[in-house]
Parts: sequence; C-alpha cells; structure tokens
Amino acid sequence: MEKYRTSVMLCGGTGCISGGSLKVKNALTEELIKRELQDEINVVVTGCNGFCAKGPVMTVYPEDIFYEKVTVDDVPVIIEEHFIKGRPVERLLYKEPIKKQTIPLMRDIPFFNLQVLRALRNKGLIDAEKIDEYIARDGYQAAAKALTEMTPEQVINELKRSGLRGRGGAGFPTGMKWELCSRVKGDSKYILCNGDEGDPGAFMDRSIMEADPHVVLEGMIIGARAIGADKGYIYVRAEYPLAVHRLQLAINQAKEYGLLGENILGTGFNLDIEIYLGAGAFVCGEETALMRSIEGKRGMPRPRPPFPAQKGLWDKPSVLNNVETYANIPQIILNGADWYKSLGTEKSTGTKVFALTGAINNVGLIEVPMGIPLRKIIFDIGGGISKGRKFKAVQLGGPSGGCIPEHLLDTPVTYEDIVQTGAIVGSGGMVVMNDLNCMVSVAKFFLEFTTDESCGKCPPCRIGTTVMLDILTNITEGRGKEGYIELLQDISQDIIATSLCGLGQTAPNPVLTTIKYFRDEYESHINEKWCKTGVCKELCTFYVDEEKCKACGACKRVCPQNAISGEKKVPHRIEQSKCIQCRSCYEACKFDSIKIGPRSMREKLMETTDQEALKEIYTAAIAAKEE
Amino acid sequence: MARLTVDDLKKIKEEYKSTLTLREGGSRAKITVHMGTCGIAAGARKVMEAVLDEINKNNVKDVIVTNSGCAGLCSKEPMATVEIINEAPVKYVQLNEDKIRKIFKEHVMEGSAVQDYALVVGSETAY
Repeated sequence: MEKYRTSVMLCGGTGCISGGSLKVKNALTEELIKRELQDEINVVVTGCNGFCAKGPVMTVYPEDIFYEKVTVDDVPVIIEEHFIKGRPVERLLYKEPIKKQTIPLMRDIPFFNLQVLRALRNKGLIDAEKIDEYIARDGYQAAAKALTEMTPEQVINELKRSGLRGRGGAGFPTGMKWELCSRVKGDSKYILCNGDEGDPGAFMDRSIMEADPHVVLEGMIIGARAIGADKGYIYVRAEYPLAVHRLQLAINQAKEYGLLGENILGTGFNLDIEIYLGAGAFVCGEETALMRSIEGKRGMPRPRPPFPAQKGLWDKPSVLNNVETYANIPQIILNGADWYKSLGTEKSTGTKVFALTGAINNVGLIEVPMGIPLRKIIFDIGGGISKGRKFKAVQLGGPSGGCIPEHLLDTPVTYEDIVQTGAIVGSGGMVVMNDLNCMVSVAKFFLEFTTDESCGKCPPCRIGTTVMLDILTNITEGRGKEGYIELLQDISQDIIATSLCGLGQTAPNPVLTTIKYFRDEYESHINEKWCKTGVCKELCTFYVDEEKCKACGACKRVCPQNAISGEKKVPHRIEQSKCIQCRSCYEACKFDSIKIGPRSMREKLMETTDQEALKEIYTAAIAAKEE
Repeated sequence: MARLTVDDLKKIKEEYKSTLTLREGGSRAKITVHMGTCGIAAGARKVMEAVLDEINKNNVKDVIVTNSGCAGLCSKEPMATVEIINEAPVKYVQLNEDKIRKIFKEHVMEGSAVQDYALVVGSETAY
C-alpha cells in the first residue's frame, strides 16, 4: 500500500450522497490532480458517518479535522488552505449549535459509541407496525436476493462462512444446522422460531419482536428457502402480548404483500408462518420440548438423536433458530459473510445483544461486537454500579449460566472465553450484582427457578435440584453443616452427567460458579453462621460502630421497627430484640457505621442490658473485623 | 393491496424513505415516541397522547408523529426522539406529559432543544 501524508474520508452514505458528496469527491480528485497532490493525498469514500444532518461530511486524517456541509465550491479552498498551507478552513468546521452545547454527542457517550447495531438496526427507528417502513430500511431485500439470485446451497454457504452461531445460548453454528436439514429428504419441512425467552432478566428477543417483527419473518423466509420448508411457526410466550400483537400484524401485512403465502414475490416459493403461544414453561425453550408443545402435547424434551434436522416437528425435518439469530440473517445475505465476520473474533463472529440489568446505572438493551471485555460493557456502556456501590459479580446466561467475579472482568465476551469461567454467553441476560448481594442466596434464587421449571422427566434433575435447594436453604437459614459444599458439588456433577436436556445439564452452574469464586461466603455461612452481606436474616446481627457514628439519625428514620435509639450527638444503638434484620439502616447510613456481625453476636447482645458490657461486645467485634 | 414483485420492493423503499428521512418528506420535524413494553409501562402512552394533543391544539401540519420500539435505554423511559430537518436528532429521556409539552413548544415549534430533558444528540444508525 502506498503511503499518503493525508487521508480524506468522505462520507458516501445515502444521506451525504443525496447531499452531493459524490460531486465533491470528483471535484477533490480533479483538483488534487491539477495541483499534482494525488500521490500525497488520498480520498476515500466511506460508509455512512452517522451525522447525516450535516452532510456531506468529511474527516481529514491525521489531524482528525471534521468538515460539515462541504460543497464543490469549497474544494479549492480546502486544498489551498488546509492541504497546502496547513490551515483548516474554519467556516466548514463542525459547530456545536450554541443552544445545544450541554447536550453531548452520541459519539461522546460510551453507552452509544461502543455499540454496533445489527440485529437491533431498526430499533427505535421504524414504526414496527408499518411494513413499508421496514421495506424502506432495506427490508425484504435479502429475502428477494435469496429467492431470486441465490441457490439454497449458496445461502447456506454464505451463512457457514459468516460464522454466525445460535444466539439462543448454545452457540451451535447456524449454517451447519441448516445444511444438515437441507440434506435430509422429505416432502415437507418446518422452519421454526424460538421466541420462548425465559431467563430471568432477559428481554432481547422480546425487544426485537416488538421493535422489528418483520426482520424475524425475513430471516425465516431465508431459512425456509435454504432448507426447503414451506411451513413455519413462531413459538412466543403468551406473556409477551405486545410482541405477539406486532408479529401477527407483521404476518398479516406480509401475506397481503405476497411476501408470505403462495408464490412469494412471484418466484413460485411458498411459505406460511403461524404464531404458536407458549404457556410460559421454561423447558419449552429447549428445542425438542418446544416442538412437542407445538404438537399439542406436554412440553418435555426427548432424547437426541434423532436430531430435529432429521425428525423434528411431527417427525418432519425441522430447523429451530432463536429470534436474535434470525434478526442477523437478512444483513448477512445482503452484505455478505465477510462483512459479518469483520466484527468479533475468529470463532465468535459478529455482534451479540445483551439485556443489561441489575445494580447498574444504564439498565437497557445493548448490542456489542463479540470479543469486547465484560468490564467495558459494565463500566463504560452500563455506566458502572448504581448508587455508588461496589461491583461484586455479573451473572451471565441465566439459570444455565454462572457468576463471574471482578478479577475475571477482562474476559472477552466470546463463546469460548466465557465458558472458561464456568458461565456461558447464553441468550444474553446480564445481571450485575453489587456488594449487597449474598452469593449463596443468588445461587439459591436460580435453583429455586430451575427446581420450579424442571419438567420432571429425569430424576437427577427433578430430585437432584430439589435436594440441592434444600441444602442451600439449610445453609442460608443457619443449619449448614461441614461437608455441604462438597455434597453440593457432588450432586451437581451427577445432575450434569445424567440429565437429558440442557435445563438439567446446566442447572447446577449457578451453584458451581458461586462456590468456585465465592467459597468464603459459603464457608462463613456454614462455619460462623455469618452472612456478611446481611441478606440471610438468620445469619446476621446489625450493630453500630459507635466510634464512626455521627448520630445523624438517618438510620433511625428508616427503621420500621423503631429499634434504633440515640439522641443528637449521642451514638445510636440498635435494640436487638426489636431488630428484624431488614437492612434498611445499613443501606441508609452514609458513614459506614452500621456493621453486620455473625448470629452469635446477637445472642450475646441480648443476654445483657449493661451498657458497659454491650460496648465491650461492639468494640471486640470491630477489632475482630479489622484484623 | 397488490402482491409485490422484487421491483415493487424497491419502489416502496424509495417512496417510504420520505417518512424516515425528513429531507425528502416535506415535513419539518419528526417526533418518535419509543413504545416498547418498557416505554409503555413507564407511561409512553400519555406522552404520545400529549404530543397528539399539542398538534391538534396548535393545528400543526408539518410535523410527523410516529412510534417505535424500545430505544435500548430502558431505565430512562419514557423516551422520545425529536428530529428537526437539517439538524441531528435529539433523544429525550424520562418524559411525562408536561415535559413533552414543553419540548413540543420549545424544540419543535421554536427550534431550541430543551437541555434539561435531553440525553444525547446524534443518530445511532451505522449505515
């Protein structure tokens, strides 16, 4: 490659082209040749810069000078003044509109500038209930391409080359799944969409179905073309009424336009799509259970093989993909596998949508290139931990996933790297936890969920998770015994090894990862009967560090039991017999003077009313803590 | 509605661009109220009603009002995006009826963004 002293990045997005950027480009090239600068200065036409309102725009490197509203007449001036004399043309520089000075630009805000929108490219931009708006944003162009210009093999090859992996959680290569099914001979095949999003705290698929329902249909049309299906189902949980409503509208509109039904776009290709409402059973997100549910039977997994690609819905060859997977496919067909692969890592290509929730400032839905470190997602995009508290762990992958501690926050988000930590990328739920979270209770929460949602078919999952939940309940209620941690690990291994489906095989993950990274918390619960975060009510004592107490009364005001005594300038004190361990005082205190001690301390405190003796207990506890 | 051919797709795309890009639409401004589940739960419906009410009251003819899905920042809903022709879009957060009425008056009608409620200026679209 030749070296240029200056590069001019001229925007060639639709906005800037309609504003005349191609004329500017011609003028630039001519003028540079006229002045014999063509070997020194390079003009590159780029994709849309995003600031279309100010187009045509261009950026001059290495100085990083941003010009707006450039016209042909400006070209000689820019070359004369800037490129030859080195003086940027002031009147063309980007100007902050005076009244908007304090509103930051999108590119200056990490929440926006670290995101890359692909699956979510239409989010918040189009009216989800108008098919024409979807079409205006290149909608159904990819389906048209797949139906008229590409063979099924070409579609499959493009997908395989793109490296797209199932976004539902397992990460199986989508192209390979399609290829397997396309090779199976059969008179009818099914293309299925999994919208049974069930992980607590996850809402990626719901958002896509609500904001851009046609992209799901288009992805399914392309998939149907690839495998030779003529019938499709979208399985959506009934708890998503708006998603169901918008999907149904989208299906009706697509049928009217001849984009679904018979003879799609006049190509002779047929595809019907129906919505099937799920009743909210978590296990129905598992593919074989989902298919049985559509058949009208009780949703329970069955052994594989035969794989659904051979015998799926009603024993016909079927392909099931997740909503987000489908949302990626039209873009891959339109822009090609190489475009898709340009983001992400070698084995985890493209972008991933995450639902960012929990103790974080910017709760929301984000899409980031794969390979981005967790720390960037949580602290830059997520804006850090809310209420000024400390980060403790991030839970990925819902009930099948695990908790990742602070020292692993630089782990890049890829299928391979996240698995190393014991968690999984999963479908994209990302729950951030702060120092107020008790990790034993977190594990217990997820196990309560899986115990509830186990379909009951396999004893290891049905009984095993219940036994594990009993043990965890014992630990959190003060009945923990030595050996419980090892017992939990032992049962976990058995459940993982002997369960039929993903639900059982992954159910112990939240327990295993919390034991792995927060074993000390389990130990203090069991050995010292001490929940240091004050979550487990039976395992803590709240008391005041009288040295630190400023007697401000904040704790007194929030205490629902009126258990706190103390006047102005007199250190406050918690009366243990009234205290219900609600933790309100702990969270209200601005001076870190409310402390949490083990259960045994409470008993000692209640035995005496002697002020001096009480003070001694406090001092001893604080001294022990500082050691 | 007639069944489409591949060429029809392109025609619709050209026709409907105008509603997406103000440049070609003959409208002066566009207000997008984000109405995903999160937005609606936070009160987007009221915000939308207030916008429509302002438009009727002021007999405004050159402003497009539309709704769209979740804008991604669910914790700051209800949100709305205001685009004035030839200016970068401004995203407003944590709205209610009164706030959107003020935005309508000051930003849409009088042309100066309401800083107090604005989060960011610019567009997320990468291409």
